[in-house]
Amino acid sequence: MTDAPPPRLELRAIDKRYPGSHANKTVSLALGAGEIHALLGENGAGKSTLVKIIYGVATADSGEVLWHGQPVRVGSPAEARRLGIGMVFQHFSLFDSLTVAENVALGLNAKESLEVLSRRIVDLSTRYGLPLDPRRHVHDLSVGERQRVEIVRCLLQDPKLLIMDEPTSVLTPQEVDKLFDTLRRLRDEGRTILYISHKLEEIRALCDRATVLRAGAVVATCDPRQESARSLARMMIGSDLVAARRTAQEQRPGEPRLVVENLSLSASHPFGTDLENVSFAVRPGEIFGIAGVAGNGQGELMLALSGEHRTPVHDAIRIDGRPVGRLGPRDRRDLGLGLVPEERLGRGAVPDLSLAENALLSGYGRQSLVRRGMIRFSKVNDYADRIIGAFNVIAHGRRAEARSLSGGNLQKFIIGREILQNPRLLICSQPTWGVDAGSAAAIHQALLDLREQGAAVLVISQDLDELFTIADRIAVMSGGRLSSPRAAHDTSVEQVGLMMGGLFDLSDEAGVVHDPA
Amino acid sequence: MIRLEARGHAAAGWVYGAPVLAVGLTLVFGAALFAALGFDPLEALGVFFLSPLNSAYGIAELAVKATPLALCAVGLAIGFRGNVWNIGAEGQLVMGAVAGGGVALALYDVDGWFVLPLMMVAGMLGGMAWGAIPAFLKTRFHTSEILVSLMLTYVAALALSWLVHGPWRDPEGFNFPESRLFHDAATLPILWEGTRLHLGAAFALAAVVGAWFVVARTFIGFQVKVLGMTPQAGGYAGFSQKWVVWLAFMVSGGLAGLSGIVEVAGPIGQLQPTVSPGYGFTAIIVAFLGRLHPVGILLAALLMALSYLGGEAVQIGLGLPLAVTGVFQGMLLFFLLACDILIRYRVRLGGKRRREVPS
Repeated sequence: MTDAPPPRLELRAIDKRYPGSHANKTVSLALGAGEIHALLGENGAGKSTLVKIIYGVATADSGEVLWHGQPVRVGSPAEARRLGIGMVFQHFSLFDSLTVAENVALGLNAKESLEVLSRRIVDLSTRYGLPLDPRRHVHDLSVGERQRVEIVRCLLQDPKLLIMDEPTSVLTPQEVDKLFDTLRRLRDEGRTILYISHKLEEIRALCDRATVLRAGAVVATCDPRQESARSLARMMIGSDLVAARRTAQEQRPGEPRLVVENLSLSASHPFGTDLENVSFAVRPGEIFGIAGVAGNGQGELMLALSGEHRTPVHDAIRIDGRPVGRLGPRDRRDLGLGLVPEERLGRGAVPDLSLAENALLSGYGRQSLVRRGMIRFSKVNDYADRIIGAFNVIAHGRRAEARSLSGGNLQKFIIGREILQNPRLLICSQPTWGVDAGSAAAIHQALLDLREQGAAVLVISQDLDELFTIADRIAVMSGGRLSSPRAAHDTSVEQVGLMMGGLFDLSDEAGVVHDPA
Repeated sequence: MIRLEARGHAAAGWVYGAPVLAVGLTLVFGAALFAALGFDPLEALGVFFLSPLNSAYGIAELAVKATPLALCAVGLAIGFRGNVWNIGAEGQLVMGAVAGGGVALALYDVDGWFVLPLMMVAGMLGGMAWGAIPAFLKTRFHTSEILVSLMLTYVAALALSWLVHGPWRDPEGFNFPESRLFHDAATLPILWEGTRLHLGAAFALAAVVGAWFVVARTFIGFQVKVLGMTPQAGGYAGFSQKWVVWLAFMVSGGLAGLSGIVEVAGPIGQLQPTVSPGYGFTAIIVAFLGRLHPVGILLAALLMALSYLGGEAVQIGLGLPLAVTGVFQGMLLFFLLACDILIRYRVRLGGKRRREVPS
């Protein structure tokens, strides 16, 4: 080693274009040994592209990658791993039906026996505070445990640089704390961690340095501990953000608009989560939030509420007192239901169809866009234009294909499409997931306005900040069960976090949540 | 190593350019094929593609052959748009011929205006009934409609064969496996005197116009399109997958059945062991060559009809086997599929792996 060792990884003037977008504009970045370095930016700022280049999934058009001062070309993830670069993806690549050890063995191409490997997994996982049983099957594991499998699989290869892509989006607050402990221990051993996130508080709590990307270019490098969340947000977005504001809740007495009573439903696919005795009610003029780590039954609940998955018990779901359990989506829409599904491209919208045709997709009934079996094209076009105008959807007009829109604009279009149908009840799943901050604020405001007008709104979200911003009451989903709701002003992120981990007691009839504090 | 790499976006013009390019390539390779067989390629192509059309009779023949192709393909295309793969139009065609022909034989002594409409309706019902089997098994037991409809084709062919060898054999037919010749009241009127052009061609045109209307203007067409492109979005919107399966099989089965009865009540005039030279299968090529669009299908049906006539022409004129028709049809489908792939992907030669640089 010389006196001034070169950085572990250095990127010099990395440039990458995709058709229609300039994903990285001469990005330079240096990562030293023993640091946790944040890569901060909004969705679409170019974080993923940059990381793909480092990990060998994509190739830069120009620029240099230096590893310990030596120029390298990383042609594939396998080469990246041989160099000592490991990555934990946001979406896991694990086989549900295999055990932990088998999954790890597959990822490693290991020649050692499963027994030896299992011992190494146990050693490593205890050393870093990531308890794991190598014999368990992955489908039995919680999301947090699955992430541990991915991390352990990376660590077994003794990486010098570990890339973590939005690792906390699937974790409860308590799991996040544990993960941070592990990451700090790895840093103290001299490893480098590249931590990708758009969550400002986390970055301030964990990272030593931060590189901020905006529209593909580096706009700042700073010490996040010296910055406020506000100043970081300004760097990331480029302007101050106007947050949505919720007026104090006026109690609107009246019959609940949506009642779900003892809804039990087996999942439609293996490894899905069965719903067990889910009960709640949403009143007019309130936003009811359902928190929970993804994969705890929210998808199944959404399908049951939309009517895509009928329930055997007809009155387990009631809209305005009418049992709808065996009605399909069309009939439920006629009763005033609006739906914003989690997968906006591929369920909420057809990627290859124009915005006008996507307006017709759910608006055909309540907007009377069809008469005697014939599509009324002028009304369809008019409706699409109204959505685009009212919700400030940035697109090349109503003829633009849905796939050509950014995530935020498509989500504004879908939410606008549902809201302009004047729903008496709107159900949204992950309304701002992967959406830029400006659009997210607009979406929150639209939901709050709808609530003001007296509609009942149900929001299913993993994002606790979101729920605490807009929801009046919050319940938590875990393992296919739902806790009893709490007023949002009467609970805390920590309490909800504990419930997300499954710590709510359903032993008594009413399903009252024991105060975990 | 050869790899295919996604282009990201297909150029819009090439969606329609591909069939034209495929036809062009078929001509080039057809010429090469003729040259390899020792014929002057241009002259042989002339015999294949132009000589059938140099008489009024030839042009009428083109319409006669295009009629069953267009009828079958228009129906199939509606299903293909909705991701319902009816491969058994040939069997539905045969069953249409059987059902309609059965009516003609049962009313052999009856001379009334109603015989022909009754036969047409029976033909459609026969095709629909045969299409109902895969539709039912698919919606009830999740069987593959591709396999079931395909296999039923052979069942239908054997059923027809049994009928004309047995119960429906012409008593005065010298033991030939054929039914009686249909009565005049059970034969489609000729539209163009001196040719074989019959009323069925008008049915095909009506089917093309009707299908265009359904696809472009109606909510039914929209639902089929959405379910074909993105089934989850269709489910979200409240469209029913099962309903589309039934719709596709009823429409395509009905039209294939109609084409079957049109064939036996038109050019053939009786039931024979074979009533179609594979129109139901060729219609699959026609549907794709026409980009699943009714007007495109009409053009593609004419082109494929020409390949039947051209095959006969080179058989007579050059002494080549009739299999040339199949070769040309096969080449056309092959080039069309290849063009479609290359519109969406580009070919990369050479390995992806680069030599690793030591750290």
